[in-house]
Amino acid sequence: MKEGRPRSFYVLAIFFAAYVLFLYGPMIAIYVLSFQGPQGGLTFPMNGVSTFWIAKLFQGTGIVDLGAAFRRSLLLGVIVMIVTVVLSVAAGMAFRRKFKAQSILFYSAIASLIVPSIITSLGISLEFRIIDDLIKAHWSENFETSMGLLTSGLGAHLTWTLPFGLLIMFAIFNRFDPRLEEAARDLGATPWQTFRHVVLPIILPSVIGIGLFGFTLSWDELARSSQAIGAVNTLPLDLQGLTTTVTNPDIYALGTVISAVSFTVITLALGTIHVLNKRQAAKGSDAGKGLV
Amino acid sequence: MDTSEDILQQAPPGLIPGSGTARAAKVTRLSPSFISWLQAGPMMLVFLAFFLIPLVFVVIVSFWDYNEYQLLPAFSGRGYTDTFEGCIAQLPDLCTIGKTYLMTLKLCFLVWALTLFIGFWVAYFLAFHIKSKTWQMGLSLLCTIPFWTSNVIRMIAWIPLLGRNGLVNSGLVKTGLINHPLEWLLFSEFSVVLALVHLFTFFMVVPIFNSMVRIDKSLIEAAYDAGATGFQTLVNVIIPLAKPGIVIGSIFVITIVMGDFITIGVMGGQQIAAAGKIIETRVNALQFPAAAANAVILLAITFLIITMMSRIVDIKKEL
Repeated sequence: MKEGRPRSFYVLAIFFAAYVLFLYGPMIAIYVLSFQGPQGGLTFPMNGVSTFWIAKLFQGTGIVDLGAAFRRSLLLGVIVMIVTVVLSVAAGMAFRRKFKAQSILFYSAIASLIVPSIITSLGISLEFRIIDDLIKAHWSENFETSMGLLTSGLGAHLTWTLPFGLLIMFAIFNRFDPRLEEAARDLGATPWQTFRHVVLPIILPSVIGIGLFGFTLSWDELARSSQAIGAVNTLPLDLQGLTTTVTNPDIYALGTVISAVSFTVITLALGTIHVLNKRQAAKGSDAGKGLV
Repeated sequence: MDTSEDILQQAPPGLIPGSGTARAAKVTRLSPSFISWLQAGPMMLVFLAFFLIPLVFVVIVSFWDYNEYQLLPAFSGRGYTDTFEGCIAQLPDLCTIGKTYLMTLKLCFLVWALTLFIGFWVAYFLAFHIKSKTWQMGLSLLCTIPFWTSNVIRMIAWIPLLGRNGLVNSGLVKTGLINHPLEWLLFSEFSVVLALVHLFTFFMVVPIFNSMVRIDKSLIEAAYDAGATGFQTLVNVIIPLAKPGIVIGSIFVITIVMGDFITIGVMGGQQIAAAGKIIETRVNALQFPAAAANAVILLAITFLIITMMSRIVDIKKEL
């Protein structure tokens, strides 16, 4: 191997740094701007530094009923996360054997990922409208609607998070050594014990990764929620509604608060993954590493 | 004999191969295919209820009739005829839907070309120039974290930079390069393309990086040893081997931009027409069959693009 780095390294390193700056620069700008002074406007320069706008959000005197939307989004995010983790791990296990309908499930997941969100969202809203009409016609005249946060909204979010969960499971089991399970079986473990004590601890870091995708994708979801969420709004929908009307830094403050939740979840998840990996490395078996 | 039996009784039932419970379990043991159904069934049901059936409804409703405030479940082609209104009469000029799709395709092409260029080189840098696994992981994570944060916030983030009094304009005016703030920086095609590239280059980086790390490094060494220049290695070895990633990334980016209505709405100041926006507008006007008809057209065009692209590569093999 040649010593030193080729010139292309430095060119590409600069390119990469520019890309990272492009990714983060604008976001950082709004985090800074959300600490504008009370007289501050939507752009630089800063007109003093204060937590005026963020405080205003929490007083509820601001633009939206932040508290309610916040709780709704959080609730939905957590449920989506749990369902995504459970269903993805289960389906991921199923894909390790051949079974009928395997390719149907695979292509449904891929299609769900790439069919434009607005179409899925419209379809779900039509489905629930038709269900509502049927209920009104046949059972109850006064029925309002079956659409809502935890029916159509939950379903809409799952069509977005489940494909990611499934693809991550594929990646996990691509590098999973099935001999570990055989060993567990040879020692007399039941299938459940094998899963609980052998498979799950090994894949746990990646499973937390699935949870991270599940929560963050739901927390920020917009396109699929837009038609399918029913009467109430989630936080991103409120935020989007503000983009056309707002003229003061409220909107940045709201953006900063939403991002703070995202970053907390990301940090927690990555931290846990890191600790788990370290523990695995420390306590892992030395099998196959040779005698010397 | 008795004592050993006692000990076995105390042990967790599943651990004892010969114990009564285990024997009972053997009798009721579920067949492997049934277990697979139990494991995969719930996810399949979710896709059925919230993706496949809704798609069927979109197609059905696109052939229904409608008036100002409700759906009329009777066969009608009105959703489609309304959509293509004037398309023949106005020839050779393009009708509204034609212009809209032309605009959408133009945005699609620009965003695709830019994300491909940026994504390719970012992935290349990560895959070939970063030797340490820890660094590779850390830098990939750096590229992924924004994906876990809100898209709307990442759009709004451009306002203080590109607005009339934003950083870019005030900077340019101060240095004397321009006399008046540039109006086309924000709420324009430019800002839409910029925001889409900003949001979705990630979808290009991941699959291309994935393809690139799988390339056997000895192939590249072999190319150098055989006297290939860096450029020749790139064109004849790396690009062909990274092609699956390039195609998958392209499918992601193109389908996202084809159906986008939020970025185009927010960054275009709600002034730019696009395929996804027509659907949104129709829904807001409660013209569901027309919205559904537009969704079917968009779906057909998206499907066409994907089929053409997946001719180049077998997606299932690449995962």
